[in-house]
Amino acid sequence: MNLTLKVWRQNNAQAKGQFETHQVVASEHMSFLEMLDVLNETLISEKKSPVVFAHDCREGICGTCNLVINGRAHGPQKGTTVCQLHMRAFKDGDTIVVEPWRAAAFPVIKDLMVDRSSLDKIIQAGGYISVNTGQAQDANDIPIGKDVASQAFDAATCIGCGACVAACPNGSAMLFTSAKVAHLGLLPQGEVEAEARVQSMVNQMDEEGFGMCSNTGACEAECPKEISISNIAMLNRQYMASVLGSKTGV
Amino acid sequence: MKLDAKEPAGELDEKWTKYRSTMNLVAPNNKRRIDIIVVGTGLAGAAAAATLGELGYNVKAFTFHDSPRRAHSIAAQGGINAAKNYQNDGDSVYRLFYDTIKGGDYRSRESNVHRLAEVSRNIIDQCVAQGVPFAREYGGLLANRSFGGVQVSRTFYARGQTGQQLLLGAYQSLSRQIALGNVEMYNRHEMLDLVKIDGKARGIIARNLLTGKLEKFAAHCVVLATGGYGNVFYLSTNAMTSNVTASWRAVRKGALMANPCYTQIHPTCIPVSGDYQSKLTLMSESLRNDGRVWVPKKVEDAKAIQQGKKTGLDIPEADRDYYLERRYPAFGNLVPRDVASRAAKVACDEGKGVAPTGLAVFLDFASAFERYGKSKALSAGINNPDKATITKLGKEVIEEKYGNLFQMYEKISGENPYEYPMKIYPAVHYTMGGLWVDYNLETNVPGLFALGEANFSDHGANRLGASALMQGLADGYFVIPYTIGQFLSQEIRTEKIETSAPEFEVALKETKAQLQKLIDIKGNQSVESFHKRLGKIMWDYCGMARNAEGLKKGRQMIRELRAEFWKDVFVPGTADEFNTELEKAGRVADFMELGETMILDALDRNESCGGHFREEYTENGEAKRNDEDYTYVAAWEWDDNEPIVHKEALTFKNVELKTRSYK
Repeated sequence: MNLTLKVWRQNNAQAKGQFETHQVVASEHMSFLEMLDVLNETLISEKKSPVVFAHDCREGICGTCNLVINGRAHGPQKGTTVCQLHMRAFKDGDTIVVEPWRAAAFPVIKDLMVDRSSLDKIIQAGGYISVNTGQAQDANDIPIGKDVASQAFDAATCIGCGACVAACPNGSAMLFTSAKVAHLGLLPQGEVEAEARVQSMVNQMDEEGFGMCSNTGACEAECPKEISISNIAMLNRQYMASVLGSKTGV
Repeated sequence: MKLDAKEPAGELDEKWTKYRSTMNLVAPNNKRRIDIIVVGTGLAGAAAAATLGELGYNVKAFTFHDSPRRAHSIAAQGGINAAKNYQNDGDSVYRLFYDTIKGGDYRSRESNVHRLAEVSRNIIDQCVAQGVPFAREYGGLLANRSFGGVQVSRTFYARGQTGQQLLLGAYQSLSRQIALGNVEMYNRHEMLDLVKIDGKARGIIARNLLTGKLEKFAAHCVVLATGGYGNVFYLSTNAMTSNVTASWRAVRKGALMANPCYTQIHPTCIPVSGDYQSKLTLMSESLRNDGRVWVPKKVEDAKAIQQGKKTGLDIPEADRDYYLERRYPAFGNLVPRDVASRAAKVACDEGKGVAPTGLAVFLDFASAFERYGKSKALSAGINNPDKATITKLGKEVIEEKYGNLFQMYEKISGENPYEYPMKIYPAVHYTMGGLWVDYNLETNVPGLFALGEANFSDHGANRLGASALMQGLADGYFVIPYTIGQFLSQEIRTEKIETSAPEFEVALKETKAQLQKLIDIKGNQSVESFHKRLGKIMWDYCGMARNAEGLKKGRQMIRELRAEFWKDVFVPGTADEFNTELEKAGRVADFMELGETMILDALDRNESCGGHFREEYTENGEAKRNDEDYTYVAAWEWDDNEPIVHKEALTFKNVELKTRSYK
């Protein structure tokens, strides 16, 4: 298939970016990233600099790849990361616009690659259970209902790609943050620190420059792991309870 | 060189307990003064960095990814083994030990493997405490499933995303230590050299990938947890950036590479579909719990399928060859990976492959749909259900167990696996070989440790499914935090190691020169094209089946490729900027040297064992080991012209060496 690509090129966070147009011949069996590989091999053979894009596992789980394709985070296919998106989702003769995540908290590094270390900071603020190695009791000492475990698992499948932020008109990281708050808060092991966790994670989110949540639901629609927006409701409940009940009165 | 494994004395099942209780300790006040570098943040690295931070050491952790959570451990699907015996099916530490030794075709070290089996139980406890959402039964207790090469259910899992959940657990523990200031995290930093002072590992040279700047980092010791080298084959289930560079640079500084030829070819991967293919995707071994592997009995049926004139559904039961069940009735579809892969190759070599390329076999769930469907109908109170209802209910059960895998298969292949049997083919997945380490996980370079897939110690010539996650976490959480003390307790009088030492400057200059050399070649061929050619040589001559003639030819071809690379590779841009092509070029250069060593190792080992199958050494179509001459670890010292092999004899006191039989 013959495609016209409009790809965002930008040297660094300070530089002004622009679209560059390229023609690519692809096969429908290729993944989207393999199609970009073809483009890059062509650019290299012309002694030009290849388009920088983030990618690694290419099986939809590491969360590295992140492209906005024709205005949609991770492209047109529901519940699919860019690396799992195949060219059979496009037609011969299509023009495809490829852009980086655009959000205040994700500055562009180069071309299509952005800096998402702000997400790590949110986890460092409390997205864990405080247990040192060696302190655990037997794994079967605390039974956990299959439903609760399954619900926690659904929240825990977040791959930290940041599509929710890119899709959100406010650049909010609420879906990302709430998924971790819900995953840990649902489990008896994580419940102990739930109040402190939700407060410090939300505070960190604000500090990193993410926007506020206004319930548009765009995050859930574009999430490649289909994380539910109900996690945000859970976060809000936990946050309110922790603030109202807090001894420090945040 | 004499290789001393430093195995503790005593009975096998007491070694670790006694050793752990009597080994040297480092007091808390001294821990605060000691710096440790950990390179790699996958299961082994993140677990080690977090735990060493908890213990009070000053840890500096490095990853070339943008976040520690991206390490390729995240992609492990099926599960993690532990000798918990929660299923009351006869499992024990000894049985896990025995299965692992046997699965590894008697080419691993007894004491290391037994320790692994012992600590396996602690891992599950630890992970549950961290909030890892393992699969559970209705009663709220943990669920298990079976993996290849064993007859008990000891695999814990989190749907088809076990690696992800375990890595996030380790990543979260690491994040906590970063927040507490016990671990300093360096993202997007790639280790390019090891710095030795007076023979001991004292630091690294790392390149800040965003700026291109080379930086010096000093510590009392260095821990490598940098994964395996499967990408030497270009196409593998590894992530695109998985590489051997950190390990290989250590080898160039004198560390030994052990058993490099032991490569695991995983039997169930989505087949190659074209030349543009950049990587291969695994379909978890857990699928072989329920899927049956087959090819058509008649070559003409296979031809019709290859040409798209028939599908698997058109082949009647009587014309199907469920070859694993036929050849290995005791283990059936759950034979170990090396056995299943070779059997698939044999079937395809006979012309019975089922993809357009002729390189695929079926993995069929039809009978599982029926079995589960009947049971589900019964429990739902549906009497005399028709076939359609049974299939529908069965599909629902399979979806709950493997939904994400089926979805992934459909996205990649474009075919619905609930309707048509999956097509699978073996692909490079894991490397059992790695840096040589002793019982303390210390390499032959004092103060240099290697963990997880980066070392060679536990899986022998073939790794059993769900054991990589176990080993990575065992090394990181429960072994290195103790054994590192054996080295560090002798270092409490050592002053802080400073990067101003001349050794750092020398290493920095050498690294800089190598990067510049790559840029200056300004040839005409891309890095990628060299990597592809290397992969093809490795797959053709050092892949699923090997012979002396082919190996010799392969070595010659790699030597020529190396020479061509250093004359004609084209790396755009400069060394002082963010430059992904330059990163790749350095990695491919290392892969070529490693590839040659793998071939030498495969040539040296005149026997077939585990993942190393030499066509000259077979008996009735099965691999034939030679215990008399080859019960040793081959540890290679790099030399540009003629690498040298050093041998560690393996002694088995607790298991009898037998021909591995799964019949």
